[in-house]
Amino acid sequence: MEQFEKISIPSDNTLTVERAIANLQQTEDLGDRYYAAWWLGRFRVREPEAIDALLAALSDEANRSPDGGYPLRRNAAKALGKLGEPRVVPALIRCLDCSDYYVRESAAQSLEMLGDPAAIPPLLKLMEGGIEAAQFVPGKPHLVQPYDAIIEALGTLQATAARAQIEPFLEHPVSRVQYAAARAMYQLTGESAYGERLVVALEAPDLQLRRSALMDLGAIGYLGAAKPISETLAENSMKLIALKGILDTHLRERSIGGNRAALSAEALEIMDLMDSLL
Amino acid sequence: MTEDRVRELIADVDRADSADGVLDAVKALSAAESTDAIAKLIEVLGYNNPGAAVAAVDGLVAIGEPAVLPLLEQLDGYNYGARAWAIRALAGIGDPRGLEILLTAAADFSLSVRRAAARGLGALRWQELERGGIADAQTRALETLLETTEDPEWVVRYAAVVGLEALATAPTLSISGLPIRQRFEEMIATEVEPSVRARVGLAIERIEAVTPSQGAGVG
Repeated sequence: MEQFEKISIPSDNTLTVERAIANLQQTEDLGDRYYAAWWLGRFRVREPEAIDALLAALSDEANRSPDGGYPLRRNAAKALGKLGEPRVVPALIRCLDCSDYYVRESAAQSLEMLGDPAAIPPLLKLMEGGIEAAQFVPGKPHLVQPYDAIIEALGTLQATAARAQIEPFLEHPVSRVQYAAARAMYQLTGESAYGERLVVALEAPDLQLRRSALMDLGAIGYLGAAKPISETLAENSMKLIALKGILDTHLRERSIGGNRAALSAEALEIMDLMDSLL
Repeated sequence: MTEDRVRELIADVDRADSADGVLDAVKALSAAESTDAIAKLIEVLGYNNPGAAVAAVDGLVAIGEPAVLPLLEQLDGYNYGARAWAIRALAGIGDPRGLEILLTAAADFSLSVRRAAARGLGALRWQELERGGIADAQTRALETLLETTEDPEWVVRYAAVVGLEALATAPTLSISGLPIRQRFEEMIATEVEPSVRARVGLAIERIEAVTPSQGAGVG
């Protein structure tokens, strides 16, 4: 999968794989550790020593934010999602119980990327209390749980049994959460009504929300969104990524990969739209 | 459209106090297709307002040739976002005076600049060059585009395929299209991204439609 593909490290980069691993293993310089955790994920460094050092960083106690958060754990959890190493799943599942919201959010996102259905029950546990419990934490810019990340993960992990728990979140007051629910419901049911909800969101007044609807539509590959995506007001780079998501899904469903004799009318239309955005 | 009217439309852009307001004003200014609007439209490329930038690029492309020099002159002072938009405008106009900047831009740091350059390199209006200069310009574009098909970013490779297809099907093609065909055959076998591979398949189909069957565009 593309998300786990190796990324070549520019020769003028400030770090090397060995240096980054060493920086993460040491405990003197918190800044170096923090940066190394991000860097190892960024460049998809899959060496066992890198994975071990990232796993160790998940229980770090030294790097604390003023409000009691665990910045290094957040970075390590994020990085582990990018490395495609299945043995880290249990450790990421344990992170879902961390007191730091952002660690839980990163863990949920990484569990989604790793695609192991073992994460479904612990993710569902965070949804306990349903939409009534899904309130803002007083004085914080976030809800009690990272619902959008959790719901997106449940959709991607094909947690069909979670439909009843996810559906009420279509009406959650936070748009991001609504979109996550629409995205997951589409993935779990294939019903176009859920895709259409995201198409409507492409007209949201706020650019951030339009971007997020774009990414959701690309992620689920909803064919009906191709034209509206090309027309929404957002950066062409994001529209192209979303359209590629739709084209990839379409090609996969028709299993025609590079078969030049069998490009469908839909594929041609998506490519025309993509060409016009280059 | 009178000069006064264009001045008013420019003032509307300056007066707009929301992203949507700027967008509407830029659309109106673009639709004027007036050379008096060039400087303001170029300025809009530097706002952090993608919708307005799209509209400004459309406007500059519609104005065409007169916008080329002002765009080239201001290219260096841009941030990366604005540069990408300016190169899109140059690519859309297709004026061969943009060749040098597009060749350089194909190796830019920013992927959206490389993407716009790759698309633009294939779509230059070669017929505007002196006849003797066409083959040389096309050879340089071809070499750069072939390199660009190996870019680490899928979207840049995709754009290179679109550029190569445009070059291979240009009525003024004065060089052999064979390297393009060969590279496309390789990509069908090696390209990892299904979407890019599908686009290569389409390009091959379209090239075959305009060139004799075994011809591979030898000219």
